[in-house]
Amino acid sequence: MGSISLQHVKKSFGEVQIIPDISLDIKDGEFVVFVGPSGCGKSTLLRLIAGLEDTTSGTILLDGQDMTKAPPARRGLAMVFQSYALYPHMTVRDNIAFPLKMAKAPKEVIDQKVEYAARTLNLSSYLDRRPRALSGGQRQRVAIGRAIVREPKAFLFDEPLSNLDAALRVNMRLEITELHQQLKTTMIYVTHDQVEAMTMADRIVVLNAGNVEQFGSPLDLYKKPANRFVAGFIGSPRMNFVDGPEAAKHNAHSIGVRPEHFKLSRDPLANAWKGKVGVAEQLGSDTFLHVHVEGLGLMTIRTDGDQTFSHGDDVYLMPDPTRIYRFDAAGIAL
Amino acid sequence: MARNVSTGTKIGFTFAAWAIALLLFSPILWVLLTAFKTEAEAIANSPTFLPQNFTLENFSAVQDRSDYVKHATNSILVSVGSTLLGLAIGIPAAWAMAFAPTKRTKDVLMWMLSTKMMPAVGVLIPIYLIFRDLRLLDTVHGLTLIMTVINLPIIIWMLYTYFKEIPVDILEAARMDGAELYNEIVHVLVPMAVPGIASTLLLNVILAWNEAFWSITLTSGRAGTLTAFISSFSSPQGLFLAKLSAASLLAIAPILLMGWFSQKQLVRGLTFGAVK
Amino acid sequence: MATAQTRTLSRIMMAPAVIVLLIWMIVPLVMTLWFSFQNYSLINPMMTGFAGWANYIYVLGDPSFTQSLVNTLILVGGVLAITVIGGTFLALLLDQPIWGQGILRIIVISPFFVMPPVAALIWKNGFMHPGYGVLAHLFEFFGLEPVDWFNQYPLFSVVIIVAWQWLPFATLILLTALQSLSEEQREAAEMDGANAINRFYHIILPHMARSITIVILIQTIFLLGIFAEIRVTTGGGPGYASTNIAFLVFRTGILSNDIGAGSAGGVVAVVIANIVAFFLMRAVGKNLDA
Ligand SMILES: Nc1ncnc2c1ncn2[C@@H]1O[C@H](COP(=O)(O)OP(=O)(O)OP(=O)(O)O)[C@@H](O)[C@H]1O
Ligand SMILES: [Mg+2]
Repeated sequence: MGSISLQHVKKSFGEVQIIPDISLDIKDGEFVVFVGPSGCGKSTLLRLIAGLEDTTSGTILLDGQDMTKAPPARRGLAMVFQSYALYPHMTVRDNIAFPLKMAKAPKEVIDQKVEYAARTLNLSSYLDRRPRALSGGQRQRVAIGRAIVREPKAFLFDEPLSNLDAALRVNMRLEITELHQQLKTTMIYVTHDQVEAMTMADRIVVLNAGNVEQFGSPLDLYKKPANRFVAGFIGSPRMNFVDGPEAAKHNAHSIGVRPEHFKLSRDPLANAWKGKVGVAEQLGSDTFLHVHVEGLGLMTIRTDGDQTFSHGDDVYLMPDPTRIYRFDAAGIAL
Repeated sequence: MARNVSTGTKIGFTFAAWAIALLLFSPILWVLLTAFKTEAEAIANSPTFLPQNFTLENFSAVQDRSDYVKHATNSILVSVGSTLLGLAIGIPAAWAMAFAPTKRTKDVLMWMLSTKMMPAVGVLIPIYLIFRDLRLLDTVHGLTLIMTVINLPIIIWMLYTYFKEIPVDILEAARMDGAELYNEIVHVLVPMAVPGIASTLLLNVILAWNEAFWSITLTSGRAGTLTAFISSFSSPQGLFLAKLSAASLLAIAPILLMGWFSQKQLVRGLTFGAVK
Repeated sequence: MATAQTRTLSRIMMAPAVIVLLIWMIVPLVMTLWFSFQNYSLINPMMTGFAGWANYIYVLGDPSFTQSLVNTLILVGGVLAITVIGGTFLALLLDQPIWGQGILRIIVISPFFVMPPVAALIWKNGFMHPGYGVLAHLFEFFGLEPVDWFNQYPLFSVVIIVAWQWLPFATLILLTALQSLSEEQREAAEMDGANAINRFYHIILPHMARSITIVILIQTIFLLGIFAEIRVTTGGGPGYASTNIAFLVFRTGILSNDIGAGSAGGVVAVVIANIVAFFLMRAVGKNLDA
């Protein structure tokens, strides 16, 4: 079991309020991702759940039990750090066994669990090495191994993949997702990579300046962003925003159109926005066009990779009328 | 350091450096050589460089006459004992300051350092009287206590600078793994800080071994350390040059060896981390 | 950055160290201060009671105090001059491309590990003895009259011994600082056409300035308390010729058993040390943030 519930959790460092007031309910077995810009308080929130920091006020319930004041060792959670935080003086085996030793598990149980974790994570041939002699991906796996042997109520990951190269990240992403499907344990995963967020999460928490902007499934966030911040944050490339008279036509303070929701043409279209191509980024599968639209500014357009555009081409843009997001003056979705 | 210089220049510098170094080393060399000479040879009118009649009798004479072994034992007890006691007090304190710092941590550190600057003579008289009344004068444990206190600031400072280099993540990982404070310190922090702790230990054994003020003023025959023992030869009644050298050699040799091994860390320790 | 629990634990963890040092700092110092205003002599137990400033007047007014103060200044100043100038020179030399640098480093640092009484005795009996000392033999070899160092130049002799012990310390610290000066910085200066002397004044010396300050301050702390070297060689004499403040307190308080006057001297020593400490703390404290 591993449900996590935050009730009016607040956190200040001295005078600075980092988390004004957060309430969240995370269900048992869920994979929840915290995303948000750098410095928005993702790690702080995770550390509050872990017990590595005190809440200034509010309550943290694990499985319905009040754990607000419990030390990390007693919360039954496992954490995987961005820096891996392996014990450099211990072999891989001892690293993985450490939590079990702390729990005073009998030796046979320890051996058996370490073997099992090593097999699951493809670490069997490295058990007698020191962390120093491992690659980044292997270290990450050891850190995960150390987390799983405890059979924790929940796993907490703080940007575990950000030190790995792109290819390895994709691999590890899949491995962690698979691990979740296998263990069905609650996981909270902090990242600022929205691809990770979209692909791994059951539900995503979008944080901004210590506030929850929206909490929902990835597709919910994509399709029904609660506000301009979420709309801009989820989706890549970013949503294009337009305000002023063009927005007023839609009875909104501002409107947003995702790069993939345009009809693009070289020939004039009725009611379309006219622009000039600035930079064309050709990825092969897709092409991203940065178009200077008269009176509206720079827009990003996604189109298929077969089309070739070059700098200075005239283009006409037509937003898909069913997929225009409308926001009021406070940025709330209408 | 790959500067291009002519071989001639290099020979010149090498010669000058070795000449000065040997000049500085000559008193130690003198002890080393004289310790193996006979008394007659040591004070001969036409001095010799190498011992002509190599002898070990000075060493046995030193032991017979003034019980070198007893004083050496006292030195070991006091220097090792005070260092271990200092580490036992200092490691938890340095842990606290390095990993759970507060606004006042810096002030506390500076204050600890300032106690090191209090001149010993400023407190000699009360300590002497307190020791007299508590019957701690001329006892090994009394001297060990004093030595612990006077070296504690250096121990804490050195440990602090070494602990600061350990990422706090790893200690937090230990906490998440269910380690209570004791296990966090014993199974994670201390093994990781072994090199730092070892050089702290080494430097403090050296400092305590060579400490002369308190060992001379607070001990005499029974608990005398080697510094007190050697000082008692200030007027060498019956003990001549060769024997004095033998005694001196025995007193400095172990520390010299330890010093050579720890000289790199020494800079950091003695400057309180200000020069690394 | 921690929980209330770790903060509580950290206070508990620091408590032994703080308590021990607090007691060490306060109790004896208060007692010294108290004694310094008392008539208290172990020889003359009839003399008791509040003494007012009498002990201070006695200590400060005695010519031996003035002489000890002057001696202390000469001792500290002389040793500092020799070790800092010599240490800078030696560090520069050892930093040159030479054969056997590693061994040289070890040889040069050695005197620092020699315990003060041994250092004093080697110099007293092996080198400076007017009859069979190495220096006496050397003087004779050149046809000169051997010098009775400790009687003729007692303070100077003590300065030599102490400087011998501390020169390695200064050299080692300054060499470490010198080696942290990056090769690029030097090369850049060479490219700019700076000659050796200009390089020394404009690049090397400014870089070493901080380390030199630290060497001066740390040595001063230790040099103010020079004790064993005097005790073993001259015993403070002849007369008070080689007595410094530290030794004066020992002479008055322990040897003459005048607790009151000795304590007053102790308080004076503390005041002097505090003035120095003030500057050292500022130098070291600045480094804490870095
Ligand atoms: N111990 C601390 N004391 C004071 N301020 C802190 C402390 N820890 C974090 N902060 C501040 O709290 C804010 C949130 O930090 P946090 O580490 O939670 O951000 P984050 O969302 O994890 O960012 P990133 O994506 O860069 O990791 C930052 O402004 C940071 O400066
Ligand atoms: Mg973070």
